[in-house]
Amino acid sequence: MSKKYLIKRLIQVLIVLFGISFFTFGLTYLSPGDPAEIMLTECGNIPSPELLEQTRIELGLDKPFLVQYGRWLRGVLAGDMGMSYSMKMPVVDKLVQCFWPTFRMATMSLIIMIVISVPLGIIAAIYQNKWPDYFVRVLTFLGVSIPNFWLGLIFLSFFGVKLQWVTVSGGRTDFKGLILPAVTLAIAMAAKYTRQVRVTILEELHQDYVIGARMRGIKECTILWRHVLPNALLPLVTLVGLSFGSLLGGTAVVEIIYNWPGMGNMAIKAIACRDYPLVQGYVLWIALIYMGINILVDLSYAYLDPRLKEGR
Amino acid sequence: MEIIKFLKKHMQFTIFLTLALVIIGIAIFAPWIAPYDPYETIMQNSLKAPNKINLCGTDKLGRDVLSRVIYGTRTSLTMVICLLSITFVIGTTLGVIAGYFGKIVDEVIMRLADMMISFPGLVLAIAIAGLLGPNMVNAVIAIAAVSWTKYARLSRSLVLRVKESTFIEAAKINGTKTSKIIFKHILPNIINVMVISVVTEIGTMMLELASLSFLGFGAQAPTPEWGIMLNEGRTYLAKAPWLMVYPGIAIVIVVIVFNMLGDSLRDILDPKHN
Repeated sequence: MSKKYLIKRLIQVLIVLFGISFFTFGLTYLSPGDPAEIMLTECGNIPSPELLEQTRIELGLDKPFLVQYGRWLRGVLAGDMGMSYSMKMPVVDKLVQCFWPTFRMATMSLIIMIVISVPLGIIAAIYQNKWPDYFVRVLTFLGVSIPNFWLGLIFLSFFGVKLQWVTVSGGRTDFKGLILPAVTLAIAMAAKYTRQVRVTILEELHQDYVIGARMRGIKECTILWRHVLPNALLPLVTLVGLSFGSLLGGTAVVEIIYNWPGMGNMAIKAIACRDYPLVQGYVLWIALIYMGINILVDLSYAYLDPRLKEGR
Repeated sequence: MEIIKFLKKHMQFTIFLTLALVIIGIAIFAPWIAPYDPYETIMQNSLKAPNKINLCGTDKLGRDVLSRVIYGTRTSLTMVICLLSITFVIGTTLGVIAGYFGKIVDEVIMRLADMMISFPGLVLAIAIAGLLGPNMVNAVIAIAAVSWTKYARLSRSLVLRVKESTFIEAAKINGTKTSKIIFKHILPNIINVMVISVVTEIGTMMLELASLSFLGFGAQAPTPEWGIMLNEGRTYLAKAPWLMVYPGIAIVIVVIVFNMLGDSLRDILDPKHN
């Protein structure tokens, strides 16, 4: 991983972040509804026109779009994303507060995803076009076709209503409350990942060195564990990294179903009550995390693939 | 005769094509198939369990769940068709322009695509749909805004491959107009692969549209749509489980059929995949 490459990547990230922030800011600017009015109505009273005008000036809403954007951007660079209208607290604090529950859930489902899909993918690849392979393929097919919001509802009605293992209303953030959301989130991802594990292992199994090893009479399981798997690791790590990004971003639906106090839940509520600073902060924050993970994945190559190290 | 031979040779494709046609038929002939009016509320029938009169039960407002599920096919298919045609046209156009003209145009379009791709799609779609105001049109716009990149990238790479062929060179030397080169020589060469990718996407797109509706940012009540029906059913999880069972089954079946159709079409048309 050359320094030049890293710098290039960082510049790219900055451009994307800038673009995303501009885009979201523009969107909130164009969207119907007056933030000043929304903010004041949140307090429960109908604001007078004078008060509205005053609040607009206080929030800088009377300024042109670019000035408003510049002001917001300057704040963001100083670590201040403004005040949330509906929560009455700094956006940054709210984001940090909501980040950990989502992070825990995403991590848990990532672990579940790996535990399910790596063995299944390997088995399917070894027994290619035999019944275990077909079985795994049917499973992955069901996995990608079942919407996670429906799966969540089924889990809730089975484990919550029938067996009474969890509370249907949700909102518990302990380990027991974590399992169902994490599994729900993991299943669709696991299905996709299993397919990729299978394809990656299959590709490796058809390499010349595998044929060579077989000819030399090396045991099939030694070939698999010592040669094929380490080689297949690299693309798989990339995919795990990328999945983690989309897990973090894709939690909204599951969080709503299980009433999990995470970022997705927060974002949906913020959008529903037009809490613009919170929405802008959320989108930027997700973009930052997502791209941070992408860069980490890139960097991990250098450690996992000796060829890249030598090529430096 | 040719067609029958083709269909016989590819049994899997034929089966799923038939099923897909049945689903489309249900959508088109919904008024004749559905036993009741999906909008008709009969309050004394509220939350009836599945019985002989209402085969899948009734919802909170006494509307027939089966009829609503059947009409839901219509809503979902219409939204998906709109979504896919928009993304297909925009993505392909931008991709072809980027690939054919190259240079600065290519840079701008592809950096824009990079920007969209380096970001979890559903998050942005939710933000767009929510901020523009929740309704079906905005849900379609939102998902189109985040998913055109796939087609742009694909068509660009295909154009780059075709562009180098001798017949394009020949056409250029002959002084053929650029528009004619694009429409007569380039598009026919890439359209196959593009269509396959559209068909394989139908299922995924349906799921995304349904999740937006489920979150309240897509179709709005009282439209019969599976995502909203599931969201409404959420409240009555213990009391009326049939409210969430049938729309869910409908989504899963339709998504599976279209996914399988896409897969088998790809197996037939994409020689590289075999």
